[in-house]
Amino acid sequence: MLQYTVRRLVSIIPVMLIVSVIVFLIVHLTPGNPAYLILGEDSSPEAIEQLEAQLGLDKPMVMQFFDWIKNIFTGDLGQSIYSSEPVTQVIMERVGPTFSLMMMSMALTLLIAIPTAIFVVWRRNTVLDPLFTSASLVGASIPEFWFAMLLVLGLGVAIPIFPVAGYVPIAEGFFTWFYHLILPAFVLAAVEIGLIARMLRDGMLEAVNQDYTKTARAKGVKESIVLMKHVFSNALIPTTTVIGVTVAGLLGGTVIIETIFTIPGIGQLLIDSIHRRDYPVIQGVVLFIAAIYVVINLLVDLLYAFLDPRIRYD
Amino acid sequence: MLEVKQLKTQIDTNEGVVKAVDGVSFTVEAGQTVGIVGESGSGKSVLAHSIMQLNPVPPTFYPEGEIIFEGKNLLNLSERELRKIRGNEIAMIFQDPMSSLNPVFKIGDQLVEAVLTHQKMSRQDARARAVELLTDVGIPDPERRMNDYPHQFSGGMRQRVLIAIALACNPKLLIADEPTTALDVTIQAQILELMRDIQKKYGTAIIMITHDLGVVSQMADKVLVMYSGRIVEEGSVEDIFYRPSMPYTWSLLRSLPRLDAEAHERLINIEGQPPNLVSPPKGCNFHPRCPFSTEQCLEVDPELTVRGDGHFAACILSGQEFDSEKKRMEFADKKGVPQ
Repeated sequence: MLQYTVRRLVSIIPVMLIVSVIVFLIVHLTPGNPAYLILGEDSSPEAIEQLEAQLGLDKPMVMQFFDWIKNIFTGDLGQSIYSSEPVTQVIMERVGPTFSLMMMSMALTLLIAIPTAIFVVWRRNTVLDPLFTSASLVGASIPEFWFAMLLVLGLGVAIPIFPVAGYVPIAEGFFTWFYHLILPAFVLAAVEIGLIARMLRDGMLEAVNQDYTKTARAKGVKESIVLMKHVFSNALIPTTTVIGVTVAGLLGGTVIIETIFTIPGIGQLLIDSIHRRDYPVIQGVVLFIAAIYVVINLLVDLLYAFLDPRIRYD
Repeated sequence: MLEVKQLKTQIDTNEGVVKAVDGVSFTVEAGQTVGIVGESGSGKSVLAHSIMQLNPVPPTFYPEGEIIFEGKNLLNLSERELRKIRGNEIAMIFQDPMSSLNPVFKIGDQLVEAVLTHQKMSRQDARARAVELLTDVGIPDPERRMNDYPHQFSGGMRQRVLIAIALACNPKLLIADEPTTALDVTIQAQILELMRDIQKKYGTAIIMITHDLGVVSQMADKVLVMYSGRIVEEGSVEDIFYRPSMPYTWSLLRSLPRLDAEAHERLINIEGQPPNLVSPPKGCNFHPRCPFSTEQCLEVDPELTVRGDGHFAACILSGQEFDSEKKRMEFADKKGVPQ
């Protein structure tokens, strides 16, 4: 197990290298000049040239790339062109809100998806099942930005129960933190609830007719326990893959949601930096998101061995 | 102890209603072993599941009949009352030991669950009981194996574990649905031996469902031959093997490969396919495949009639008529089909 974990951790390095090349190319090949944006439209060509030299943008692109990569290995992602702060610091300042948003939306997803799936499977021979299947499809198809604005309009403006925007750190009180996050977290969760509940239902419907389920029933075990213990624990294994992908996917979702709800997180930082052509920050954020994605996938694989005793990585 | 009366089990499918069990009656006495034989699709497995009511409802339903177990009709019990009987008074073991244990739980926990479902005791006591059960079914080093998962056991060992689970509450009746079909021949013999030992030790009655006539001949006090959802012959092992009185039973026995057969002799099979249970043939269900069928067989649906002490068969041919027909066929066999 330990050996496997180490091997997987080492294999992250080439993945991240490829990601960094792609990120660097995308950022640098996009039209737009940071020096021009900083100095404004009326600036002289000389001033722009001078600033470019100062930012190192006048060097050949290959050189720029190797300078960047070299520094990454020392833990230095460079400096923000816009604020002159180190990129790592800029990112760390924004991690809290994004992390809060992700955690809460994941919690909401699991809290809603798991009981729903169990209930639907329990009542599998009623109209509930086709109803659920359609509902989950609708949930998974709704565009996040549209649903977000609908909720803001409904529960923030028409019936003002929730704040329409903003973020309060947890340090200023759990309740206000929770209260400000609930709406964006729910929007983010909506898509995932449909997907995960559907996966879980499919897995459970398969397990419900397996021989081991029959054995449990033949023991005289209650149907509710048969479902929640024997059927659920087997259906959870394939669902874990989807949950892993979902957690990682939430990071992408936060970009839109943070912008709509003005939450000062990683997603908003990324959007702002793109507008400012703040190359080091864009690169840093994308690299950071990629790293989290890879790490979550590793965690899911390790979780498998915990959920399914048949899987051993030795 | 168990009396099944005119039981009908039907299954709703897209093609129509399948009459899987069509008016079956039999009794099981305490400590007795009753063998139910029949080919695939004869309804024997559905019958076994009907007693425990483990067929999924819907699509399965029980339009007629009674299953009387110790004075109670199981078909009239609520789900809650049924649960008190399942695993406690009637236990069941299934065909495929490879898939009948939950892969994500330890063997010990699955045994403890069986014990605690019906008996009030502490977890430690339940674990001690589980170890005792594993010892009973001949699992070596039971203490340690409690913490193993199903995939760490061989097929034969898993079937032993399943038998241990079935025995957890000392059931009065054990229903074994093809318990040895998925196992190697040597392991089969061990499992049958184990079941006989258990019966001797605890006086458990056994219903042994199988398509294997060899298993039945070794185990059963009474044999029921099933064909297309009905019992077509009932009798002792001797009756069925030496004095079969229904053409289906006779054909089944004749189709057994014999070790003393000449190398060039062909295996004898039963022509045709088992009937469609949605719309079974008119008259006797077996007539389309019966070597002795007459015009009359298309009209008359034969009832089980007495052929001897405790020996019943469903055929319009009398014992004498059947004997002369058999001789004619056997003579033809010897003469015909040499290479």
